[in-house]
This record gives sequence, structure tokens and C-alpha cells, in this order.
Amino acid sequence: MVHEALFIFFALICVGGAINLLVQRHPINSALSLVVVMGALSLIYLLLGAEFVAAVQVIVYAGAVMVLFVFVIMLLNAGAEERSQGSHVALWVGGPGVLVLAGMIVYLMFRYDRHFTPVSIGSFPAQPDNTHGLARLLFQKFLLPFEITSVLILIAIMGAVVLARRES
Amino acid sequence: MTVFLIAAVVKILLVVFLLLTGVAYMTWLERKVVARIQNRWGPTRVGPFGLLQPLADGIKFILKEDMVPDSAHKGLYILAPALALTMSLISIAVIPFGENITVHGTTTALQITGVTGQGSPITDINIGLLIILGVTSIGVYGVALAGWSSNSKYALLGSLRAGAQMISYELALGLSLVGVLILSGSFSLRHIVDTQSGSWFGFLPRWYIFPQFIAFFIYLMAAFAETNRIPFDLPEAETELVAGYHTEYSSMKFAMFFMAEYVNMITVGCLATLLFFGGWHGPLFGPPLVQSLLPVFWFSLKIFFFMFLYIWIRGTLPRFRYDQLMAFGWKFLLPLAIANIIVTGLIVALRA
Repeated sequence: MVHEALFIFFALICVGGAINLLVQRHPINSALSLVVVMGALSLIYLLLGAEFVAAVQVIVYAGAVMVLFVFVIMLLNAGAEERSQGSHVALWVGGPGVLVLAGMIVYLMFRYDRHFTPVSIGSFPAQPDNTHGLARLLFQKFLLPFEITSVLILIAIMGAVVLARRES
Repeated sequence: MTVFLIAAVVKILLVVFLLLTGVAYMTWLERKVVARIQNRWGPTRVGPFGLLQPLADGIKFILKEDMVPDSAHKGLYILAPALALTMSLISIAVIPFGENITVHGTTTALQITGVTGQGSPITDINIGLLIILGVTSIGVYGVALAGWSSNSKYALLGSLRAGAQMISYELALGLSLVGVLILSGSFSLRHIVDTQSGSWFGFLPRWYIFPQFIAFFIYLMAAFAETNRIPFDLPEAETELVAGYHTEYSSMKFAMFFMAEYVNMITVGCLATLLFFGGWHGPLFGPPLVQSLLPVFWFSLKIFFFMFLYIWIRGTLPRFRYDQLMAFGWKFLLPLAIANIIVTGLIVALRA
């Protein structure tokens, strides 16, 4: 009961933050709404019993990635954005598109309803705790995909450096 | 249940009271020690040895006019100091400062988030260290937003420097702790301290400072940079930036930044003690009452040592230049921290 109430509370904060992100006209307000979304997401992870993922979500996304966003906005000293009329394509295709996508997600969730099982803090008594379980998965079972992903990120960083340092 | 709640509330009030008192007297100690280093007297007028000076400062902060600049972004200008102070205070919740204590038949763990029963082992939050790192990284917003929202050049420059510095040194800080995590095998601060009980060869305490002394020095330097203290105090370099990110703040809002900085220093001292200096472990002797209080005393003594070190270094070293700061963080501390992880991991793997 408490669990459902907490989930609904944080889910509402999450969705509210996401809507606020789109509505706000000042970039820094949008960036801070995104921080709120990240925080709420991490609390939902915590409700799922994934305390390590929750902590990493806060440290990496809210604490590092979003700080860089805010940093760049501050550095550029970006002012309030003007609200454009928007293209007709976005209005006529985007609106129905959102409805179709939301409908599909709801349909799939109802269709596979019986496969879902409720989880809560402590429902994975894996090894000593789920940090160990996660480490085993990442560094034993899925070692190759994990390493390939890190090489991919390294390539992306090098690409960014090359692009940034190109003499014009 | 009610007993548990009462014990929890009492613990929270006591710890926050002690922490804030510690912060107040930290400012007194700093002024005194720096004064002696510079051959001055420091505060002497308010109370004996100037001991009531923090109280006088507090009253002055509360009674000063609280100004908000006309062109400031009002909401964020007010939010920033609150964010900085709240985030620094949250960290103390997961820090353990001793084993059990039993008062009138009620046993409680000496930690706000620690749970225990009569005779049962203490259940600690199992990602304590990560919570401290996460909360600290959110605290960066307080500093960054303060400079931006006050709409002043000096403040903006200060907060840009602070943001860049904190992001850069967070990496070295986080990586320096990995060595200890490999040796202890847990994120739980209580478990990390428990693995440091006993001694090597009968006389050397099993503190992680001995196998991980490189990690300790990386941690110490990165933590000094994270708390914006000399020699890494470029965000508030008074000779260049007036006062850095809190230039436009007055009254209690300024005091909140000040308090946040000192609380962060105490947290750094706590973490260094827990991870590298065996937490509350130390020689126990005397009657039972003394024995139950000695761990807390050892813990406080070790933290005091770090606080004194902060002041000592402030009185000794000059400030870094900005390019030196960045080069030091990225080209020296970070590779050293990674090398330390590799060597530690290799030795642990070979001995397993």
C-alpha cells in the first residue's frame, strides 16, 4: 500500500518535471526540471529494490551529466527562448504520433500483464546484495557487450575532440 | 515502534546539534589557529579566549539586512544556498560513529540510518558511501546556481570555476576510493570500518591507510578541491573575484554557504576517518561507561585531526593558478588513481 502510494507520488513528480521541462522558456529552468526527473527516476529504482542503480543514477546523471548541461548554459549565458509558431508538420504528425505511441505502450502493458510480478526493496536476495549480482552480470556474463560499449564511448569522445580541434 | 521512533528523533536532533555546534567552533578554531600562524591573537574580546565569538557572528548574520539584487533570478537565488546547506547536511545521516549504545534498556546504533535490536547485529544502509558521493555531487548545483542567478560577473566567474573544478576533481575523488572498496568488498561504511579492526603483526592497526596510502593522498587532495579550500579556493579567490560565487549574498544566505562549506569539510574528515583510519577503532580501557564512550572519542579525535590539517594547510600554502589546478587534477591525480586501482586489483586477484 505504502509502496503503491510512493510509486504514484514519485511517478507524478517525474511526469510533472518532464512536462515542466518542455513548457519552461528559460534553458536553465528546463535543465533543472530534468534534474528533478532524474532524481524521481532514481527513487523509483530504489522502490524496485535496485539501490545501486538508484545511487548511480543520481551520481552520474543528476550529479555529472546535468551539471555539465547547466555549466554550458551558464557559459553561453543563454537567455529566455522565443516561442516560435512551430511547423504545421510537427502539429499534424506529432500530436497523433504521441497518441499512437502511448496507445501502443498501454496495449502492450495490458497484453503482457500476467508476466509482470511486483518487486520491492529486498526482493532480490541475490548473492550478498544486488551490487554483487550486477557486477557478476556486467563483468562475467555480458563482458563482451560491456567492453564494446566502452570502446564505442571512447570513439565518440575522440570524435568530439577531433571535431572540436579542427582548424577552420 | 514508538521507542524506535523516539530513539531515531533523539539521534537526529543530537547529531545535527553537535554538527552545527562543531561548525560554529570550527570557525573559531580556524580564526585562532590562522592568527597564531600569522603571529596575531585572533578573536579575544567576546568571552574567555573569544569562545563566544561564533555566537556573536551568528547574531550578526541574522540581524543584517537580507538583500536580493534587482536583476537576480529570484527563485534560484533563494534556492541556491538552501540547496547547498541541505545537501551538505544530508550526508551526516549515513555516517556511523560507533557501535551500539544502550540507554535504559533501549539499544540503538550510533548512526542515524543504522537499525539494531537487542543483541542482533547492526543493519546498515548498504550503499552508504554512494549516497554521500551522490549527495555531494548534487551540492554542486548550489554553488553553480548561486553564481549564475545573482547576475554578476564576479559571481558567475566564481561559479564557473567552482563547477569546472568540482567536476574535474570528483573523478579523482571517486576513483581514489575504489582501492578501499576492493579491499573491503562493500559500500556499507559500517562494514568497511569493521574490516579494519584488529592489527597486523600485533602492533600495526589494520587501517587502510597503510596498504592504500597513495589512495589516501589522492583522496585528501581531491577532497580539498571539492570543498573549495586553500590551495584550491579559486572559486572564491578574494584577490581576483571579490568573494566568488557568493559575492551578491548577504546576511543568513551568505552564512548558509559558509556553513555548507564547513559541514562539507567535516564530512570529508568523517569519510577519511572511516575509510582510511579505522573509524572508531582505538585502544579501549577503563570502566564500562568509559569503554562505551571511547570509540566516539577516538572518532571525534581523528576528525579533529583532519579539521586541524585543513586550517594548517590554509595557513601555509598559497593558491594554485587555474591551469596548474586543471593540469594537476587531470594529468597527475587521475592517472595515479587509475594506476592505484590496477595495482590493488592485481594484488587482490593474485592473493585470492
